[in-house]
Amino acid sequence: MKAFAELLDSLLLTPSRNAKLRLMVEYFGATPDPDRGLALAALTGNLSFASVKPAMLRALVMERMDPVLFAYSYDYVGDLAETISLVWEAGSEVAQRTEPTLAEAVGALGGTSRSDAPRILATLLDRMEPPSRFALIKLVTGGLRIGVSARLAKQALADLGGVDVHEIEEVWHGLAPPYLGLFAWLEGRAGKPAAVMPALFRPVMLSNPVQEGDLDRLDPEDYVAEWKWDGIRVQATGESGQRRLYSRTGDEISGAFPDLVEAIDFDGTLDGELLVGQPPEHVGSFSDLQQRLNRKAVSTKTLKDYPVFVRCYDLLAADGEDLRGLSFSERRLRLEVFAAGLDPARFDLSPLVGFDDWQHLDRLRLSPPHPVIEGVMLKRRDSVYVPGRPKGPWFKWKRDPHTIDAVLMYAQRGHGKRSSFYSDYTFGVWTGPSEAEELVPVGKAYFGFTDEELRQIDKFVRDNTVDRFGPVRSVRAAPDRGLVLEVAFEGLARSTRHKSGVAMRFPRISRLRWDKPPAEADRLDTLLALLPE
Amino acid sequence: MHAHDLLRPRPEGLYCPPGDFFIDPVRPVGRALITHGHSDHARSGHARVLATGQTLDIMALRYGDDFAGSTQAAGLGEAVRINGVTVSFHPAGHVLGSAQIAVEQDGFRIVASGDYKRAADPTCAGIELVPCDVFITEATFGLPVFRHPAPGEEIGRLLASLGRFPERAHLVGAYALGKAQRVIRLIRDAGYDETIHIHGALAKLCDYFQRQGVDLGRLEPATVDRPARGDFAGSIVVGPPSAFADRWARRFPDPVTAFASGWMQIRQRVKQRGVELPLILSDHCDWDELTTTIAETGASEVWVTHGREEALVRWCELQGIKARPLHLVGYEDEGD
Repeated sequence: MKAFAELLDSLLLTPSRNAKLRLMVEYFGATPDPDRGLALAALTGNLSFASVKPAMLRALVMERMDPVLFAYSYDYVGDLAETISLVWEAGSEVAQRTEPTLAEAVGALGGTSRSDAPRILATLLDRMEPPSRFALIKLVTGGLRIGVSARLAKQALADLGGVDVHEIEEVWHGLAPPYLGLFAWLEGRAGKPAAVMPALFRPVMLSNPVQEGDLDRLDPEDYVAEWKWDGIRVQATGESGQRRLYSRTGDEISGAFPDLVEAIDFDGTLDGELLVGQPPEHVGSFSDLQQRLNRKAVSTKTLKDYPVFVRCYDLLAADGEDLRGLSFSERRLRLEVFAAGLDPARFDLSPLVGFDDWQHLDRLRLSPPHPVIEGVMLKRRDSVYVPGRPKGPWFKWKRDPHTIDAVLMYAQRGHGKRSSFYSDYTFGVWTGPSEAEELVPVGKAYFGFTDEELRQIDKFVRDNTVDRFGPVRSVRAAPDRGLVLEVAFEGLARSTRHKSGVAMRFPRISRLRWDKPPAEADRLDTLLALLPE
Repeated sequence: MHAHDLLRPRPEGLYCPPGDFFIDPVRPVGRALITHGHSDHARSGHARVLATGQTLDIMALRYGDDFAGSTQAAGLGEAVRINGVTVSFHPAGHVLGSAQIAVEQDGFRIVASGDYKRAADPTCAGIELVPCDVFITEATFGLPVFRHPAPGEEIGRLLASLGRFPERAHLVGAYALGKAQRVIRLIRDAGYDETIHIHGALAKLCDYFQRQGVDLGRLEPATVDRPARGDFAGSIVVGPPSAFADRWARRFPDPVTAFASGWMQIRQRVKQRGVELPLILSDHCDWDELTTTIAETGASEVWVTHGREEALVRWCELQGIKARPLHLVGYEDEGD
């Protein structure tokens, strides 16, 4: 348990992806079965047992300590699990002082009823040091948030075993904690686990952005184009009565989309874009789609207000036949036939876009017929479907982003490599009557600039600080003094959480406008005009 | 006699009316008794200063030789009479030179402990418990959430990280007086013999500790003129925490930032500071040590100062010990 607790804490504090991978590889390599498999399950969200409610935890700790002292403590720390992990007083009758293993803890809590869980939890906490207590409480309250995606955990497994991450994704959904067979394979002690379960994930094929000069070397005749829809890429698969919906990284998301899963009444695997609305005419914006994302359960009202469907791009398998070795053109023909037999409220076909030459396609790209289109995709007619991001067969050619000129208002120190730089920027635009204009924050960005530009902004921040709050500095931002940032972003949505009433999608710094006086930066009205409807 | 006739809080600090002196005053006064060299307790500009020899040395290093009108070194355990009041200095275990000050008149004794700790520290003398009627305790970590782990384990995590990321410099933030030298000494105790690089702000104090017989091993300035990239890869660099947020830190390749402090027990504090490797290492008592010490002094009354007074006062009440917060101002936890 101690090693697991240490892993969680380190992952939480380590900003770099590579360092996180190294921590996980080291842990998986050094920890015996079945603890490492259970840790993997915890990291990938596949570990569940009797949950303990925060109120029960509080009651447990109150039996052991003065409520006033607890209140002072909780008030200071701010997090219930952390407070309890620190103030917990082991009962004097505790005989066993060795920390339980993760497997022991999971085992003890796994078989219990909800009413027994608090008592068993207490005896486990008695045997632990604070870091392990914290990890266990987070596990039983379901609040494990450590900034590690299931995808990253799978990458660590791939690094451990020296295999490609796609190989892990392919077999992943047929495996269960504590993943003994998986580790045996990764350590060369056994063969690769067979993909025995029906409706497994098939790693997806991705595209590269069109770069300067790319198209000059390509013959438009070799490519077909289709719109790039701004939803989330999914894989809908049905096999032997099993129906599953996967994200592009192989996470199963069926639970959040029962309406769609119900319509997977076919035997095959579709690659497409998950969108909100009623196809083909009505397609909702990305912020509509967000009503359906990252939810465990979904209400009837939400299902009705925000119905989802899949706009199909590709067909990877049909009626037991793997089609990935066929050319795109052949797969497309099969897809058109296949899609015709599906529920039209849940599946439709992504239309191809006819074009004469690259200039023509460029014009189409810049003025798409629908706001939820973010550009065009180019696919080589003869391309087979391969996992990953091969250079050449598929390209994405995005519509240009929106840009605004905003004024730098606050800067915060970064982490890791950037811990000595003010690298996270909050920027604002002007609002209010012309005689009393003020800046209102509209977003935050921490990339898009070069290292040299970062140095320049950092110097500006240090030279123009007007106030400090911990790691945050407020910088001079007046009509005649301040720094104007050109901010690029993909879209805008209404937001009740921000004072400005808008939230940007994917904002980043595109240019530093040292030349521009802050008074000439954009006004909030300009942004509001970009809002849909 | 009433305790507050012997010692009472004043805006300048804790004042003894019969002896006409202050303990750790925050403003210049006529006569000051200083518990230890941290800058919130030891300030310059007093007319006369009484402190341990090491504390006087440290004040001279920090403020220059003319930091006070005149100075007098107090020997540990020796009674000194000041205007009919007997004072004596006793090791506090906080940092090199640190002392508790016992103030006694007519058989009534108050101990002003300054800052103190119970945990073993190879860089200073261990605390001596002084039985007293009134015990004045600090409360920097005076909440039941503070339970400092064993220092060896924390240093072990630093060395483990060094093994895991041999291409990255490990920057260890540690306050210049006491903590920095303790961290270095603990690293040596863990068997690490490589050169440790130190920030310029630590140089004089580290030299002084070495002269006082605290072996810190080979130290070199991390302040080089033109560092070639990769120069500090895999090395330990100790400096004041503020330096790591500064441009100074940019000479190091992809650093792991560590911070040795009792505050590192609280995750939110760790995240706020952008620390990647928190080392829970304190020169103060944790909750259990505070409460144990209060009980062991046998004091019938406890005055609680700088820190989380209310929790410790509450604990005393639950134990039936009379207690009150002192509300002294001007003490920040520089020492941690």
